[in-house]
Amino acid sequence: MAKVTIDGIEIEVEDGTTILQAARKIGGDVVPPAMCFYTPLKGSGGKCRVCLVKVTQGSTRDPRPMPKLVASCITQVQDGMVVENTTNEDVLNARKGIVEMLLINHPLDCPICDQAGECSLQDLSYEHGISGQRFEEERRTFNKVDLGPYIQLHMTRCILCYRCVYTADQITEKRVHGVLGRGDAAEIGTYIENVIDNDFSGNVIDVCPVGALTDKTWRFKNRVWFTKPMDAHRDCPTCSGKVTLWTRGEEVLRVTARKDQYNEVEEFICNTCRFDKKEVKDWTIEGPRHIDRGSVISANHYELPVVNVPIVPNLPTSTKKNLPQE
Amino acid sequence: MGLKILTEHINVPGIETLEVYRKHGGYRSVEKALKTMSPDEVVEEVKTSGLRGRGGAGFPTGMKWSFLAKPEGVPRYLVCNADESEPGTFKDRWFMEKNPHALIEGMITSSYALGANTSYIYIRGELLFVLRILEKAIAEAYAAGLLGKNILGSGYDLDLHVAPGGGAYICGEETALLESLEGKRGNPRNKPPFPAVKGLFACPTVVNNVETISSVPWIVNNGGAEYAKVGIGRSTGTKLISASGNINNPGVYEIELGVPVEEFIYSDEYLGGIWKGKQLKAVVPGGSSVPILPANLILKTAAGEDRLMTYESLADGGFVSGSMMGSGAFIVFDEDQCIVRNTWNYARFYHHESCGQCSPCREGTGWMEKVLHRIEYGHGHQQDIDLLVSVAKQIEGNTICPLGDAAAWPVAAAIRHFRDEFEWHIKHPKEATAPGAVYRGQLDTVTA
Repeated sequence: MAKVTIDGIEIEVEDGTTILQAARKIGGDVVPPAMCFYTPLKGSGGKCRVCLVKVTQGSTRDPRPMPKLVASCITQVQDGMVVENTTNEDVLNARKGIVEMLLINHPLDCPICDQAGECSLQDLSYEHGISGQRFEEERRTFNKVDLGPYIQLHMTRCILCYRCVYTADQITEKRVHGVLGRGDAAEIGTYIENVIDNDFSGNVIDVCPVGALTDKTWRFKNRVWFTKPMDAHRDCPTCSGKVTLWTRGEEVLRVTARKDQYNEVEEFICNTCRFDKKEVKDWTIEGPRHIDRGSVISANHYELPVVNVPIVPNLPTSTKKNLPQE
Repeated sequence: MGLKILTEHINVPGIETLEVYRKHGGYRSVEKALKTMSPDEVVEEVKTSGLRGRGGAGFPTGMKWSFLAKPEGVPRYLVCNADESEPGTFKDRWFMEKNPHALIEGMITSSYALGANTSYIYIRGELLFVLRILEKAIAEAYAAGLLGKNILGSGYDLDLHVAPGGGAYICGEETALLESLEGKRGNPRNKPPFPAVKGLFACPTVVNNVETISSVPWIVNNGGAEYAKVGIGRSTGTKLISASGNINNPGVYEIELGVPVEEFIYSDEYLGGIWKGKQLKAVVPGGSSVPILPANLILKTAAGEDRLMTYESLADGGFVSGSMMGSGAFIVFDEDQCIVRNTWNYARFYHHESCGQCSPCREGTGWMEKVLHRIEYGHGHQQDIDLLVSVAKQIEGNTICPLGDAAAWPVAAAIRHFRDEFEWHIKHPKEATAPGAVYRGQLDTVTA
């Protein structure tokens, strides 16, 4: 076990835990954002650099601070480590800089993007970005690419987190897409023009933090915030069959895997569940899905209030938002 | 003339053949090390010698070797980094082309010291002709029993392979090199784990530069203490310098560390002064990724002492008024060279060579290049200079590998020392974009 202090909060975690995981155990504001790290995917992380934190004390044995900011998603905690995240000016400035970098070639087409409302980059730029824009050069653009009947790739929006590459490596039998090219010309692509075709290919849509990989059965059907997420399941021979249905009225507009508060899927689901079962009668509905964060839906829960949350009627909305959610 | 450790016999005709190389004392270190020394004794000699990595970082080689993890039953590897692609650096190419056996001898001795039974030379893809020279030399060494099973009857086995890269600058970064050598995309790895623990094929690995490895035979033959006598302080031994730019005698020079920079530039033994007797404007002392220094700061440190060709002296003053030894690519600019254009050229290189894995470098290098391009072609704004400084700062230190730093430092340093030149470009776009135009104001009053 290792004792680690993050932003003044002490927690004891198992050896080998990363700083990010330790912070997630604490929860709340001390959790660094993560764009490329994805717990279910081995080897992910370290690329986007938005989770950089300052280690002011390496460990009890070696109390020297780490010279550079470190990526919290891949740095393991040591006993006695002291980490500064939101309390360190350098960290916040570096993060601002990186958000700016992520956005300079991003098309900012949120109004027509299907991911809008549940986009990690949107959240990130609201929470950590700067309001202005200093980049006045021409943006890098790509053509849209069809990756088979279900998935569309809109490379211009991609932030090269490599999550879809790891997913294809670890969930599916054969990966046919990868990163081609280098620098800001690097792109996700298949070589040569290929179709991502296997039972679990749809999961790349779920892991994509931005709107680069979208579900063609859902594209432009509706906005996320108009739909209601419902937990549902079915007997599926290939996967667990536990999904979230995104419905409007009686219509099932979209099926996704169930995601936790960090937008990470709990169980990967198969393409049949995701793309073919779009009728309410296909599913056993369990009830409304609690969306914690990572989606605009978390802003106005329609679920019944949980009993132990005190209902304070006359508070301004901005204060209500900060009430405990459990 | 100083002591020549690496280049003593380099101009002997036929030195690239085993026969001539052995006639001039070649492979003596292999015999000495394998027959009379234990691997640890070789490591100790290298430690005593104070030899530092010649690829750019200048990390003590002996210490690096002693960090190598040695778990039971796991193979260890020595990888020679011959992916020399830093703009301005050409020493390794020249050295391998002329004297391939010196590198092979170094590889055998070093592999023995590290207990590696398979070693690789990862060579830059563009250097296909050098690869052929090396392969020929390796074949000769195999035939003479210097490689393969039971080398010289000592019971030590070593297989040496040459692997060409695909022509990416990033594969000169050691972990990207290892990825590439494994047959993957050359993306740098996150560290830790360091290669000394988990390198090639997840086994403990040491990655060393060509020049570093080629220095080992001399150290084994003559002793580490003898090597440490050459040079000044912690900068021991000799260093190959690739000199280029506006000088009378460009080329590769082997210098004893500690030669004053002024002597190095102006003496006839070395660079022979500035071309056509012009005035010195600036020097990039260690390859395109190190900070550029104006004439007054390269000859004397900010404290007024003579600057020497050593790791410490070139770095004197930190990033405010110093630079770095880097890989020893000494690029000289005379008064007719435009710093803005040169900075743009470097930025263009790093933009092209960024692997695109982590966001600050992927996006920032392109951004800096575009802004510098604008300034160079007369479309800059006054706030662009501060923008460049800020972007460079956002990249520096926040990336996975040092390429981000290497891209940020030259831009930041050029603006630090030549800000008035950038301002002139922005204020007078017409004059600045005229053919051959160059800013000449305050040439000798540039300060830190």
